[in-house]
Amino acid sequence: MVSKPDIDLGDYKYGFSDPEDYHFKSRKGLDEEMVTQISDMKGEPEWMKEFRLKSLEYFQKRPTPTWGGDLSDLDYNDIYYYVRAAESTGKTWDDVPEYIKNTFEKLGIPEAEQKFLAGVGAQYESEVVYHSLREDLENQGVIFLDMDAALKEHPEIVKQYMGTIIPPNDNKFAALNSAVWSGGSFVYVPKGVKVEIPLQAYFRINAENMGQFERTLIIVEEDAYVHYVEGCTAPTYTTNSLHSAVVEIIVKEGGRCRYTTIQNWSKNTYNLVTKRAAAYKNATMEWVDGNLGSKLTMKYPAVWLMEPGARGEVLSVAFATDDMHQDAGAKMVHVAPNTSSQIISKSISKGTGRSTYRGLVKVHKGASNVKANVVCDALLLDESSRTDTYPYMEIEEEQVSIGHEATVSKVAEEQLFYLQSRGVSEADAMSMIVSGFIEPVAKELPLEYAVELNRLIQLEMEGSVG
Amino acid sequence: MSEAPLFQVENLHAGIEGEEILKGVDLTINRGEIHALMGPNGSGKSTLAYIVAGHPNYEVFEGRVLYKGENVLELGADERAQLGMFLAFQYPTTIPGVSMANFLRLAVNSVKGEDDGEGGKKRIAPREFRKMLREKMQMLNIDESFATRYLNEGFSGGEKKRAEILQMAMLEPEFCIMDETDSGLDIDALRTVSEGVNKLYNDNMAMLLITHYQRLLNHIKPQFVHVMLEGQIVQSGGPELAEELEAKGYDWLKETASV
Ligand SMILES: Nc1ncnc2c1ncn2[C@@H]1O[C@H](COP(=O)(O)OP(=O)(O)O)[C@@H](O)[C@H]1O
Ligand SMILES: [Mg+2]
Repeated sequence: MVSKPDIDLGDYKYGFSDPEDYHFKSRKGLDEEMVTQISDMKGEPEWMKEFRLKSLEYFQKRPTPTWGGDLSDLDYNDIYYYVRAAESTGKTWDDVPEYIKNTFEKLGIPEAEQKFLAGVGAQYESEVVYHSLREDLENQGVIFLDMDAALKEHPEIVKQYMGTIIPPNDNKFAALNSAVWSGGSFVYVPKGVKVEIPLQAYFRINAENMGQFERTLIIVEEDAYVHYVEGCTAPTYTTNSLHSAVVEIIVKEGGRCRYTTIQNWSKNTYNLVTKRAAAYKNATMEWVDGNLGSKLTMKYPAVWLMEPGARGEVLSVAFATDDMHQDAGAKMVHVAPNTSSQIISKSISKGTGRSTYRGLVKVHKGASNVKANVVCDALLLDESSRTDTYPYMEIEEEQVSIGHEATVSKVAEEQLFYLQSRGVSEADAMSMIVSGFIEPVAKELPLEYAVELNRLIQLEMEGSVG
Repeated sequence: MSEAPLFQVENLHAGIEGEEILKGVDLTINRGEIHALMGPNGSGKSTLAYIVAGHPNYEVFEGRVLYKGENVLELGADERAQLGMFLAFQYPTTIPGVSMANFLRLAVNSVKGEDDGEGGKKRIAPREFRKMLREKMQMLNIDESFATRYLNEGFSGGEKKRAEILQMAMLEPEFCIMDETDSGLDIDALRTVSEGVNKLYNDNMAMLLITHYQRLLNHIKPQFVHVMLEGQIVQSGGPELAEELEAKGYDWLKETASV
């Protein structure tokens, strides 16, 4: 069963695919039998199987949402829900099947691991094929495992937290993920431990019509800190792939968590992700979100500010090129008084690309002294590109300070002319203006990721000048 | 035959949105010459500068602009800059998020980087670039923090003008137009900027200074002065013409010109 990748990979550098030589591949489609089979193959406890089956019911009952991007072309019966490429998770790259290792080498993961990461998880299709954590962190009690391993090794922690931040019936795609989840990361940072170097997970889809449903749970104990980074790519096919993750994060008193995504899906991937964090007293949660690629992305990282002093931040960049729709944004829910939040969203649309900012700031009754600020800027690169802004506000308290600014701009002719008058070509001038536009977000990234984000954007910009 | 003049404008009729602003301009500038172009507000001085630099919104109805004997009107603004032409803007544009240093690096590489034979450009070595930037900033009395600031964002009027001259210093053009570089500068800044320009200038170059005040010309001395009125050069002469204008204003010329 060798799948045929689309020959014309266009500008997308990661559109290559490996021939399939898989340990297990499910049939297409989803029902109780499939869910039971996944759970049995994983050897899960009974409560997890029930959690999955209940979630499947929710998924089947809920209609596909129509308030966001166009999902009419997504056929749930035309997806493989569970594919296990390798037999087990490697602890060294030599334990990983050669062709999969080669793929991750092409994606630069082992190299990055050596240079600037404290731990790495690499997921290929449904399962994590490689996982590592620096020994010193392990000795401090940090746990960084793939989710399936965490369920085996720390079932009590998983059971305590999983589904508490994002219940299975939260939305159709959270229900889907809860039914068929596989892989993803489990991170536990004990009280007072500060993980100064990022942990990274990399998610790779390979097969055609593949569905990837990783589940991530991060628990940051009191006064602890972690920076977790995820990257994602997939091959370019003419048919659809589906990526539907759930990420739940708990940041306890005085803790801080930063979650950075540099997503770069191929143009045939539906990316429908639910990400939510709960921040407790004086805790800080930061989502840094770079959304490139995909056919349709619907993603609104959320922070629930549960106790006084909690702070939430979302910095996001979305880049929509031809035939893409980036429907992205953020949600800040101020449950407690004296909490603050900031949303900075930057979108770029090119060709027939479309970007939507969809965000919510909610302040519960009694949550006085809340400060919230929303800035969303959209840049349109040409006449055919499109952008929309839906900044919802639900404010039930009077003593609050809410700021909101939104701009839509085109690359100004005067800016292009100014740069060109210094010898810079039109294409370089465009790229430079776009880099400047996302700079407020890029400068928040560790250098390596800022460079990567800029490089990906330059690739998308190529051929943008007639 | 002797070498073509460095810069020449021939019978230039041009404007914007179908409206003619320049109504037949002729001007010849040789290497080693500094010319001043004076004239009241709205007479068409900036229009001429923009057309020479290649602003895409302006239309040329008739005439030519020659650089080293070659008509440049068909070339893009970037190509003209690569040939060694430079315009210091009257109103420089802000580019948010782009640092002065990154911008200058790209500009210097675009203008001075050599062809790598594969359609790309060889880059100037980063160390060489940084050294050059430091030297030029010192020469113009520009603080080092300037390099990390975003291009013209939040710059005072004087800082913008200095930034323009810094760009000129980095690109080392052969022909420069300076459009009202003196406006917005206090006396000290005017002196620093003028001294910088004088250091940059050599006999192999030429400059066209656009101004409506005599005061810049006390620091940078032109050999030729032209006066533009309503899209035409109505009078040309030596430095004494600038002094005469300072004393009499433009009105006496308007009367002569309307004959
Ligand atoms: N973008 C424009 N659109 C329409 N008219 C313009 C534009 N720019 C300049 N003009 C007109 O062209 C004339 C010359 O302007 P300009 O070249 O800026 O003069 P100067 O630099 O000598 O003050 C003025 O009448 C001005 O109103
Ligand atoms: Mg002017």
